[in-house]
Amino acid sequence: MLGRTAQNLFWLSRYIERAENMARLLEVGYRMSLTSQREGGASEHLVSMLRAAEVDEDFERKHEVADVANVSQFMLFDETNPSSVRSCLLAARTNARSVRTALTSDMWESLNSAWLEFASIDPRETTGSRLVELLRWVRTVSHRYRGALLSTFLRDDGYAFSQIGNFVERADNTARILDMKYYVLLPRTDLIGGDVDIQQWTLILRAASAHRSYRHVYHDRFKAWNIADYLILRPEMPRSLIFSIGWINRTLDMLEEIYGGKGAGHAAAAEVTAMLEGNSMDRIFAYGLHDFLTEFISKNNQITEAIAESYNFY
Amino acid sequence: MPYYVALEFMPGPSAFDEMTNADGSVREPYRVLEQWLKEQKPQALGLMAADAEGIFRRLGITFAVYGSNEGTEKLIPFDIIPRIISAIEWRKLSKGIEQRVRALNAFLHDIYHRQEILKAGRVPEKLILNNSAFCPEMMGLDPARGIYSHIIGVDLVRVSPDEWYVLEDNLRTPSGVSYMLEDREAMLQLAPDLFQRTKVAPVETYPENLRRTLESVAPRGASGSPTLAVLTPGIYNSAYFEHSFLADQMGAELCEGQDLFVENGKVYMRTTTGPRRVDVIYRRIDDDYLDPLTFKPDSMLGVPGLFDAYRAGNVTLVNAPGTGIADDKAVYTYVPEIIEFYLGEKALLSNVPTYNCTKPDERAYVLEHIAELVVKEVHGSGGYGMLVGPTSTREQHELFRNKIIERPDNYIVQPTLALSTCPTYVDAGIAPRHVDLRPYVLVGDQIRITPGGLTRVALKEGSLVVNSSQGGGTKDTWVLED
Repeated sequence: MLGRTAQNLFWLSRYIERAENMARLLEVGYRMSLTSQREGGASEHLVSMLRAAEVDEDFERKHEVADVANVSQFMLFDETNPSSVRSCLLAARTNARSVRTALTSDMWESLNSAWLEFASIDPRETTGSRLVELLRWVRTVSHRYRGALLSTFLRDDGYAFSQIGNFVERADNTARILDMKYYVLLPRTDLIGGDVDIQQWTLILRAASAHRSYRHVYHDRFKAWNIADYLILRPEMPRSLIFSIGWINRTLDMLEEIYGGKGAGHAAAAEVTAMLEGNSMDRIFAYGLHDFLTEFISKNNQITEAIAESYNFY
Repeated sequence: MPYYVALEFMPGPSAFDEMTNADGSVREPYRVLEQWLKEQKPQALGLMAADAEGIFRRLGITFAVYGSNEGTEKLIPFDIIPRIISAIEWRKLSKGIEQRVRALNAFLHDIYHRQEILKAGRVPEKLILNNSAFCPEMMGLDPARGIYSHIIGVDLVRVSPDEWYVLEDNLRTPSGVSYMLEDREAMLQLAPDLFQRTKVAPVETYPENLRRTLESVAPRGASGSPTLAVLTPGIYNSAYFEHSFLADQMGAELCEGQDLFVENGKVYMRTTTGPRRVDVIYRRIDDDYLDPLTFKPDSMLGVPGLFDAYRAGNVTLVNAPGTGIADDKAVYTYVPEIIEFYLGEKALLSNVPTYNCTKPDERAYVLEHIAELVVKEVHGSGGYGMLVGPTSTREQHELFRNKIIERPDNYIVQPTLALSTCPTYVDAGIAPRHVDLRPYVLVGDQIRITPGGLTRVALKEGSLVVNSSQGGGTKDTWVLED
């Protein structure tokens, strides 16, 4: 396989995963802004959402007011925002066009029709309930692509690169979502959170599609400690950090089998794994949640650099 | 009267209609189609046309129009009514095509070796050696099996039941074959019952035959199953869809220039596990951009050192550089001579009579009769920079008169042919529209001609310009089996 093909497959999956996560974040930001009681609270939620996506500075350069209209335009349609849904879908399709021969027709068609449908949306008509519908649509785009991939893609090196891209991106996103509100997750003496806390926790869980499954796992009301545990250390939670790195490790093992040897990606992934496996929330809180997440994001990034190096991305 | 009346239409008086004779009777090859059309409710065809558009859009079968502001990708219109050629008609045509590609490959070999045809004075030396399509770097080089042009498209037009003319030969990088294949796919999806009523020769063998052709011209010393690559300029090229489609169908790697490199005179691709040797490159980038070390030094699309690897016989380029000298519009007029010279046979397919504007008497005729004639730029393609006299304004006539006076060698001029028409689905129902035909020929261990080819149709009423860049569409093309 061409190094460029591997690279394109890797980024294609990353962009689709990112589009989904941007839609999730925006949905949460939108919801919070609707229910915020305090004056200026709506804008605060939207800004912290922009910060989690690391596009807050770009946003401020273009817009003075962080209201729903500006933020949703920026997150959905803005061509200059590299993480906007538009940019992600376009980048995914451009990558897909470059490696069309490496994709199944189901995968290609899911991306192509997603882009065509998106391009036909009038940005002015995406307010209120239409906005929520559009965000749900973005999630289904990602699910359609992933479904096509999982059910039609040959389990070879191309599959492996697409999976590493997918889960590096997912781990990165989950870590950022946690970091955005890490301070409300810190253990405090008052174990029962106030209304505001509960609202914030719901936000975090929702952004990870985890607010309902949480109950099945913990049989308990929302608690900061559990929420952090759920999204960091729970292997059955498909958006948790440990789940993502587990998937990356298995995929790297698969590549090892196909290519007959380990690459630098293994070592980089092992470092990330060491941060999670056998770790506990006690120790993570003792270390400092914010510091832990910052370190995680940086080490997770190194996986990308390592596999780009070993498998001739250019 | 047949379908035309039902749909309120009669073919124009001047052109030969491939379905309906002047007396209203239906020509033999179209009988099944006519019956089928009669059985369709008018709305059914409209639905089929809409379905067809959906199919093509979803598959992303697009092309780019240069200079268009409406985004870079467009859908090429597909007409749901097939164009039909009988087995007998096809046998005659394919013999003529085979003769032509044999002679043109012999011509290329001669031009890049002893130049006997120039010495014999049958083709003017100046026309070849001063031609920008002549590639001096190819002199004395011996490509595998002596073949220069492996993939050829011959553009044909028909003016009567028995008269076909060659409009031009495409020996560089003919495009459109993916449309031939996808048109058949779409037609099979849209009207499966039509295929059950008659026997249509398959076109689906093309990718396999292309693979065989490429393998058969691998350099000596390549392994039993040579590594094939399709070299594309990238996703912004107008024919990118076709490049990826063919690579996929053949199981070849789709490469851009940056994916290949040359070391010690051998070509490699950069793979996830390191360099891998490449034996045959089906290149879809122009000669000038192939290798910045030999041709255009500022080319970002090519592969530095590729031509040296080719010259050393370590890789085969398909088609060879320099084949443009055989499809140059000025050389075109000599093709009947070329066939006689190398094969000792009369040309089976006629050229369109062509005026040479450098000859004073012919130029005088052209300038006087420009309103009846077609003027083409010698190096133009894609329908750009041409004049169709009868459908142009006085100002345009005057413009081209001046162009010809200024540079008589830059233009060839032909009579306006009454291109045949075929029934075509349009907003108002079914109407005749002018068509041409591009059959695809593969030259390797044998000559393989896919039955049929790409029919291009001028969708505008009365228009004779079939290029997709000028509002042309395509049709599935059937060759009936006996």
